[in-house]
Amino acid sequence: MQRIGVFVCHCGSNIAATVDVKKVAEMALMEPGVVHAEDYQYMCSEAGQARIQEAIKEKNLTGIVVCSCSPRMHENTFRKAVERAGLNPYMVEVANIREHCSWIHKDIEEATKKAVILMRAAVAKVNLNTPLKPGESRVTKRALVIGGGIAGIQTALDIADAGYKVDIVEKTPSIGGRMSQVDKTFPTLDCSACILTPKMVEANAHENITIYTYSEVENVSGFVGDFTVDIRKKARSVDMTKCTGCGVCQEKCPSKKTPSEFNRGLNNRSAIYTPFAQAIPNVPVIDREACIKFKTGKCGLCSKVCQAGAIDYDQKDEIITEKYGAIVVATGFDMIKLDKYDEYAYSQSKDVITSLELERIMNAAGPTKGHLERMSDGKPPKEMVFIQCVGSRCSDDRGKSYCSKICCMYTAKHAMLIRDKYPDVNVTVFYIDVRTPGKNFDEFYRRAVEDYGVNYIKGQVGKVIPQSNGKLLVRGVDLIDQKQIVKEADMVVLAAAIEPNPDVRKIATMLTASIDTNNFLTEAHAKLRPVESPTAGIFLSGVCQGPKDIPETVSQAGAAAVKAIGLLAKDKLMTNPCTAHSDELLCNGCSNCANVCPYGAISYEDKEVNDHGKREVRRIAQVNSALCQGCGACTVTCPSGAMDLQGFSNRQILAEVDAICR
Amino acid sequence: MSIEANEEFRPKIVAFCCNWCSYAGADLAGSSRLAYPADVKIIRVPCSCRVNPMFILRAFEKGADGVIMCGCHPGDCHYSTGNYYARRRMTLLFSMLDYIGVENGRTRVEWVSAAEGVKFSTTMNEFVEKIHSLGKNVRLGDLRCRN
Repeated sequence: MQRIGVFVCHCGSNIAATVDVKKVAEMALMEPGVVHAEDYQYMCSEAGQARIQEAIKEKNLTGIVVCSCSPRMHENTFRKAVERAGLNPYMVEVANIREHCSWIHKDIEEATKKAVILMRAAVAKVNLNTPLKPGESRVTKRALVIGGGIAGIQTALDIADAGYKVDIVEKTPSIGGRMSQVDKTFPTLDCSACILTPKMVEANAHENITIYTYSEVENVSGFVGDFTVDIRKKARSVDMTKCTGCGVCQEKCPSKKTPSEFNRGLNNRSAIYTPFAQAIPNVPVIDREACIKFKTGKCGLCSKVCQAGAIDYDQKDEIITEKYGAIVVATGFDMIKLDKYDEYAYSQSKDVITSLELERIMNAAGPTKGHLERMSDGKPPKEMVFIQCVGSRCSDDRGKSYCSKICCMYTAKHAMLIRDKYPDVNVTVFYIDVRTPGKNFDEFYRRAVEDYGVNYIKGQVGKVIPQSNGKLLVRGVDLIDQKQIVKEADMVVLAAAIEPNPDVRKIATMLTASIDTNNFLTEAHAKLRPVESPTAGIFLSGVCQGPKDIPETVSQAGAAAVKAIGLLAKDKLMTNPCTAHSDELLCNGCSNCANVCPYGAISYEDKEVNDHGKREVRRIAQVNSALCQGCGACTVTCPSGAMDLQGFSNRQILAEVDAICR
Repeated sequence: MSIEANEEFRPKIVAFCCNWCSYAGADLAGSSRLAYPADVKIIRVPCSCRVNPMFILRAFEKGADGVIMCGCHPGDCHYSTGNYYARRRMTLLFSMLDYIGVENGRTRVEWVSAAEGVKFSTTMNEFVEKIHSLGKNVRLGDLRCRN
């Protein structure tokens, strides 16, 4: 029989205001096995933990139930506390009477009743707990970063500087990401390329960093400390070891009609191309769908002009398999598609553009060499209208419910830069709210209004109508002056919402990392573990976790790196002892369990068993506890009930069911 | 039934929630203060595939009026494939239960991610309402083990 102590936490008033904690403690003493019960203001505090430790020693407790917040929050805290008092950490159960009780119920009597039942279920379970010992697993001292934008580059640099090997996998032909498409950055108006390209060069030159561009993660297996990843290196059709990056092939390529991804389709690129001049690696890729040689078998001009002999039409995709201890996701974002926003005439007029397209237009290396001009006729605009929140903070299913966070600031930047360079251009911004929290952000926005005379109108635009004279008729509303506004504009710029990279869902599934309804990766704890996924060994860097600007991305990238380094620095990891075990007397060797195990943790061996005095050799399931992750699929599939899961055994769960239905 | 109907019916509802998605979704419902009736009691399991049909039978045997199982969305299972097994098992179990008189409305499978606090709360409210409309679960009363 266990000697159980029940500790009921007030959590200040979070629990105590709705649950009669004294009553819960009192009722606990009537449960079988309970020899001690008390309540305290903050069980997780040092004083609270000390009370648990004292009670363990004074009353020789063998099992502990803490009635408090979610076990996802403090189970580990209490496990460590009891361990210091000499008790096995797996003799603790947590009854969640905060998230699942006090916070959602208002009636004190009802909430108290429920808290008592939850306490009973936990007591019933802990009565059947057994001491468990974690195993050990090794840590591969190498990290994988998925995505080569500023988030991925910064994370990789930080991990590499700490002395660990890092591989970056980037889908496009060059690292650099969205930041490489940006012209200037807010609120300092730094040139984006001037601060990004040195980091790209540094990552490329770093002895601890390997960069796989034009590559994708194809398969992930294993677990924290010991992931095995297949990386598909897509056929570049150019030998990276031979190419000198002279660029002659791109000049001579006769197929020049493919919209440039880098310039957001505003101009065209050749079939053999590097996305931009500062690309790393500076080795072109042949787009096989656009290449005449691949389509018709004729041409081969690039091969003829390449003095290094680097063109290789027969190159094939290559699969690289590598082991990693930690994986950082840095897959970034894209702008949403605007096909559902017909009212802004984005698909009808070339002069209605997104903000990212404007970045390219304003960039000296962009399609217009940095001259602000209309994409339809090349004329300089006189009247520009910016429309904010296109698809952000949207209540219907056309757009996103969240605020994209960066648009207010980049629009202020665009407006300011345009007014600075072209003082005769009028700039009007239609907004719902201007959100400028951040260091020097509001000052920046005010400069746009006060010093640069940008016309901000609170209100939404209902329609943009292309006119026969080439202008755009903008119909909107001014909510402050309560009037309709009709404006003739030469260009309209849409602050389209940002959304996670469309590939992130596929990657999250491979990593078994949680993802939310907006396809942002979920963090392990919204406040206390913001750069870790709930899946051990997976870390989050940049916009894949939620909208953020460059400084926030860089900070998070560093934080993710530190977490990854903390993992790589360990030689061994303690594994979860809640693994499956097979009862050799009950097992009949049917193989059902091995068939459903997602980790290949179950094997069979012929073993001599002593079945009530009868000795015989039987085929019996063996669980490799280093591989078993404790899902429990095998326990349910086992027809003889031989397979059970430690920490969540059949008897334990049934005891909880019984206690709840009592 | 007619006598009991005069008293307020408080159903016993057991919710099995997987640790990675649905339990976290329930936590989020809690921290967002999204109320649902206190009749729902949650049991944490590592994965929906850990829910043995026997657990659900036991709950009905012991007097539960409804059992709901929540897991990660298909494709998002922390253990890759667990919820697929759970889905198949529950389909079979629920049809068997319906056959012996535990109506389909008393059993439910719902996929709730860690970010879906709202969905968790809405689901529980709906489920409790459904159980209220079905009334007390009497068909398994005979089978109930009384110890």
